[in-house]
Amino acid sequence: MTQFNLPQNSKIQVGRYYKDQTNSKNLKKVNVYRWDPSDGKNPRIDTFEVDMDNCGPKVLDILFKIKNEIDPSLTFRRSCAHGVCGSCAMNVDGINTLACIKSHSDINGDLNVYPLPHLKVVKDLIGDLSNLYKQYELIHPWLKVDQTGEEKKELKQSQKDREKLDGYYECILCACCSTSCPSYWWNGEKYLGPAVLLQAYRWINDSRDNDKKERLKKVADELKLYRCHTIMNCTNSCPKGLNPAKAIGSIKKMLATS
Amino acid sequence: MSTYKIINHEYDVVVLGAGGSGLRAAVGLSEAGLKTACISKVFPTRSHTSAAQGGISAALGNMGEDDWRWHMYDTVKGSDWLGDQDAIEYLCKEAPKAVIELERYGVPFSRTDDGKIYQRPFGGMTKNYGNGTAQRTCAAADRTGHAILHTLYGQALKQNTEFFVEYFALDLIMKNGECKGVIAWNLNDGTIHRFRSHITIIATGGYGKVYYSATSAHTCTGDGNAMVLRAGLPLQDMEFVQFHPTGIYGVGCLITEGVRGEGGFLVNGKGERFMERYAPNAKDLASRDVVSRSMEMEINEGRGVGKKKDHINLHLDHLDKKVIEERLPGISEAAKTFANVDVNKEPIPVVPTVHYNMGGIPTNYRAEVLTLNGSEKTVPGLMAIGEAACVSVHGANRLGSNSLIDLVVFGKAAAKRAAELIKPGSPHEEVSNEETNKCLDRFDEIRNSKGSMKTSELRLSMQKTMQSKCAVFRTEKTLKEGVEQIRKPYEGMKDVSVKDKSLLFNTDLVETLEFDNLIRQALTTMESAYNRKESRGAHAREDYNKRDDKNFMKHTLAWQNGNKIDIKYRDVHSRTLTNEVQYFPPKERVY
Repeated sequence: MTQFNLPQNSKIQVGRYYKDQTNSKNLKKVNVYRWDPSDGKNPRIDTFEVDMDNCGPKVLDILFKIKNEIDPSLTFRRSCAHGVCGSCAMNVDGINTLACIKSHSDINGDLNVYPLPHLKVVKDLIGDLSNLYKQYELIHPWLKVDQTGEEKKELKQSQKDREKLDGYYECILCACCSTSCPSYWWNGEKYLGPAVLLQAYRWINDSRDNDKKERLKKVADELKLYRCHTIMNCTNSCPKGLNPAKAIGSIKKMLATS
Repeated sequence: MSTYKIINHEYDVVVLGAGGSGLRAAVGLSEAGLKTACISKVFPTRSHTSAAQGGISAALGNMGEDDWRWHMYDTVKGSDWLGDQDAIEYLCKEAPKAVIELERYGVPFSRTDDGKIYQRPFGGMTKNYGNGTAQRTCAAADRTGHAILHTLYGQALKQNTEFFVEYFALDLIMKNGECKGVIAWNLNDGTIHRFRSHITIIATGGYGKVYYSATSAHTCTGDGNAMVLRAGLPLQDMEFVQFHPTGIYGVGCLITEGVRGEGGFLVNGKGERFMERYAPNAKDLASRDVVSRSMEMEINEGRGVGKKKDHINLHLDHLDKKVIEERLPGISEAAKTFANVDVNKEPIPVVPTVHYNMGGIPTNYRAEVLTLNGSEKTVPGLMAIGEAACVSVHGANRLGSNSLIDLVVFGKAAAKRAAELIKPGSPHEEVSNEETNKCLDRFDEIRNSKGSMKTSELRLSMQKTMQSKCAVFRTEKTLKEGVEQIRKPYEGMKDVSVKDKSLLFNTDLVETLEFDNLIRQALTTMESAYNRKESRGAHAREDYNKRDDKNFMKHTLAWQNGNKIDIKYRDVHSRTLTNEVQYFPPKERVY
């Protein structure tokens, strides 16, 4: 049988061990993926002993504690810290989530923190999301309405039609779903992935939009859409509790019946 | 001198920041055919506009009669008469158009029975000049900011605005008192970029992170405000910091005023609806400064809730489950995540939390930056919008849902003004390297700091000082101590250490540059507060507990020069923009 190996420069090595300096009796071992593009070295896992008696409740609080008190070079994205901006998406204990809303008390034993899977790593926990952002532009995320000369008037929408956007407009583009999808891992260049397809569905499903047909046509493609094999990792990982798999299913159904 | 390779760009206009106001400006500029660059330190939809919950105000009259003049009166009263009434007139008159435009861009607003934009009551929003509650705040459930931000980003994509994402802006390029562009650092590849532009629009948001507990994102470091200070220009009304009445206790996560708009109310440790005592008419929907002060007084007088009696309960458990599900789903989720509270059964523990900066870069209603040189004077080539700007429409206290409307109205106004001032594609003046070198010397010096203080230690010291000396209630004593103590972390910059020396996504350096930005604003805030010896809006002095229109009906202007802050004042505009409305003369402010 053929054996495949990772290229030498991508093998993860054992990194530094940062022993607790506070004499805390309540320690948690936190293993963090580190990679610095400027030192030419392989990625490594650093282990930090963190004093949990003086730490906030979320995984992001642990990362702040490490950055503020132990190693200021630890690199990750963060902004709102309240689960709305989508910056701090990462892989925590094997699941893609937002570090700011994930309680570390849910995780027994050591805590393992990695970047979102299958992205080019920029540095430490920061992944390169530019491909996903480009794909987002492809679905034209703006309302298309015929010019009626009534620009000063709002477009009416019934409560029932507005309800159809619930569960979709809330997406914060954190990319947890797309980067948990094996199909997106293998075909990310061509398959749009759950995040972008959910966004596409949000516009297809907006009663005010006049471009439904074109929008459907645009995604109706063997690779862009039908690489979804209903693996459901997307829905399982969405930190906002949305259901991208359902959105993809709805698009497929619309195409099948149109 | 430092040697960095510089990549040059030329644009008609450069917008700094890609939140609600920056994106709205970028859309308008691109529509007008101006070559526009939008620079942001985060991907646009990560901007802090995404955290706005309750809504955006506009007198649409979808849910009862309304008039922009009533909205204007409420805003003037909310500002405790420190707002400039010409600018407030512009804001309130333009508001309905701006919201309709957002709707047509695709914002998924909640709807009324007849399919119009849903509007909810909000603090300080009244009918007929203070007589009865108005439903004026347009909402997309309790995720209005998120909905608007994502929609505006889509519009900017439609207009082919050029984005420079994860670029950290360092300094403005100034020449003879005019702005000629900006210098920025690309985090993704470590390169330095010089953008030359005819107009630079600062839309970098507030600086809530000078405080320890704030609803603000970690990125709310007022970078544009600090660039203005370094350019030798003043910031205005920095003493006015809004404490939102309902931040989750111990966490700081925002719970929208919309909760009270939908019928929620505050209860103290004795089970009393205490707001009835402080604001007999508006009760829980009085303006934010009034509610926050009332809560602090209840706590200070021993009527708080919890073991330490140090917070207040916000009840919505009496509301219809359906109302909560449809109109307040986001805060139900936040209460569960951050306070472990089921809002259908239990109250949310809350405490007044730093939320918004009324102060910022002084501008007129066309978004042009102002300075004082004998009289009010515009700074050519420089504009400011959004929370970074102080137009001033919010004066001493902003009304809830007036910030989102501020973003889009003045974002649009800036684009309109820029299109009047410049012809697309006009040639750029030569600028010497002097400014660039000065900027990069500072950058290089901070990057190579090898002192003994951690950035995080200095930041914490600044935040604790601001929190204890410049909070909801202030006195001569606390402010005087504050003025001295805040200089310690400022001086600490000389002894800071930056461990990561690389140029590629060096967040150690980013945080240090952000601290350098924050501490300058902390100095100006503390000093501006110390010098205002009256109580007005969010600035409540226990030793000067009355508003003093005779001496302080004026805007504070603060220049920073090292650890020295120069304070001057300019008069509040006592005029409206047109004769469609009369000036509202100051009177006692009762809710």
